[in-house]
Amino acid sequence: MARALIKVPPKAKRGEVIEIKTLISHIMETGFRRDNVGKPIPRNIITQFTCTYNGEEVFRADLHPAIAANPFISFFTVATESGTIAFEWTGDNGFQETGSAKISVE
Amino acid sequence: MRHVWRRWLLDGPLSRAITAQIFIALVALLTLSAADIPPDQRRSGYADLGTETKAMEDDDTANPGMLWVLDGEALWNAKTGSANKSCADCHGDAAQSMRGVAARYPAFDAKENRPVDLEERINLERRDRLKAPPLPFESRDLLALSAYIANQSRGLAVAPPDDPRLKPFIAQGRALFEARQGQIDMSCAQCHDDNWGKKLAGNIVPQGQPTGYPVYRLEWQSLGSLQRRLRNCIIGMRAEPYAYGSPEYVALETFLMQRAAGLKIETPGVRP
Repeated sequence: MARALIKVPPKAKRGEVIEIKTLISHIMETGFRRDNVGKPIPRNIITQFTCTYNGEEVFRADLHPAIAANPFISFFTVATESGTIAFEWTGDNGFQETGSAKISVE
Repeated sequence: MRHVWRRWLLDGPLSRAITAQIFIALVALLTLSAADIPPDQRRSGYADLGTETKAMEDDDTANPGMLWVLDGEALWNAKTGSANKSCADCHGDAAQSMRGVAARYPAFDAKENRPVDLEERINLERRDRLKAPPLPFESRDLLALSAYIANQSRGLAVAPPDDPRLKPFIAQGRALFEARQGQIDMSCAQCHDDNWGKKLAGNIVPQGQPTGYPVYRLEWQSLGSLQRRLRNCIIGMRAEPYAYGSPEYVALETFLMQRAAGLKIETPGVRP
């Protein structure tokens, strides 16, 4: 069950710096561990996160095996216009999860 | 350099005196009688957290336990078992029907003739009403459902039932809490009653108040039940842990909730 929690301020003034927070459910298995019979556990991580604001990319991050389970990513952007802020996480084994939030800018 | 230091400690002229002093201090520490924490000094492990971990627990977008709470909400409403019913079909809106439930568990079950904790209550309801197989202990679904139900009591005070049938189990839990066990011959009370607030290997020893369960532990990178946490400490004392769902764990849980009466439920808590 993949699930994401997103926090975007619903309203902002034009030009205001806003904080965006995201949290996603993922085991982030490093690929370096072995199971109880010594067999390597294959890597299973999120490799990339992107955020677009009305279609324009405003933030991107590459994720690596040292990042803990359930990655929490927070960042800032400038509120330019009303619309949709969309998020996409992609990773190993074809993992893909999307989310979005509406913002109204006055 | 380290070797030289170690050597000096082990073979140096002071070593005997130091060893003797440490031994005396340890004996003094361990022979202190277990005294209950006065009610006005009881506090949740939250008080011992660092600023960042507190911020993580306080913000529902940063608290990873909320991912389980969301899953639990979906399970609450999902039809399952051969009865093809959901929890919501009988209990309706959990925000109302489940508010305060986690604050009074474990509770005595007349049919089973013993106390049951929240996880077991969920599985008994699945057996009796949903005609569904039990969810395994520490499985994602059981943790999700118990986190969702306990989250409905967030902010309420722990209010264990004043049920005379619970008395012997509370006494059993207290006895287990105060009994020395394991290869290092320690009891829970020696840390959590007598030495809370002090440090053990650089970490603050908490009082062991079960206010945030199931809890998101950074060390686990996952949510876990109170029984998993008890298992952790028991292994730390190098004693044999009980099987999940054993009466000893439930007795300990019953005693611990009694001991935490009045503290606020925080589920899902975040701990290091």
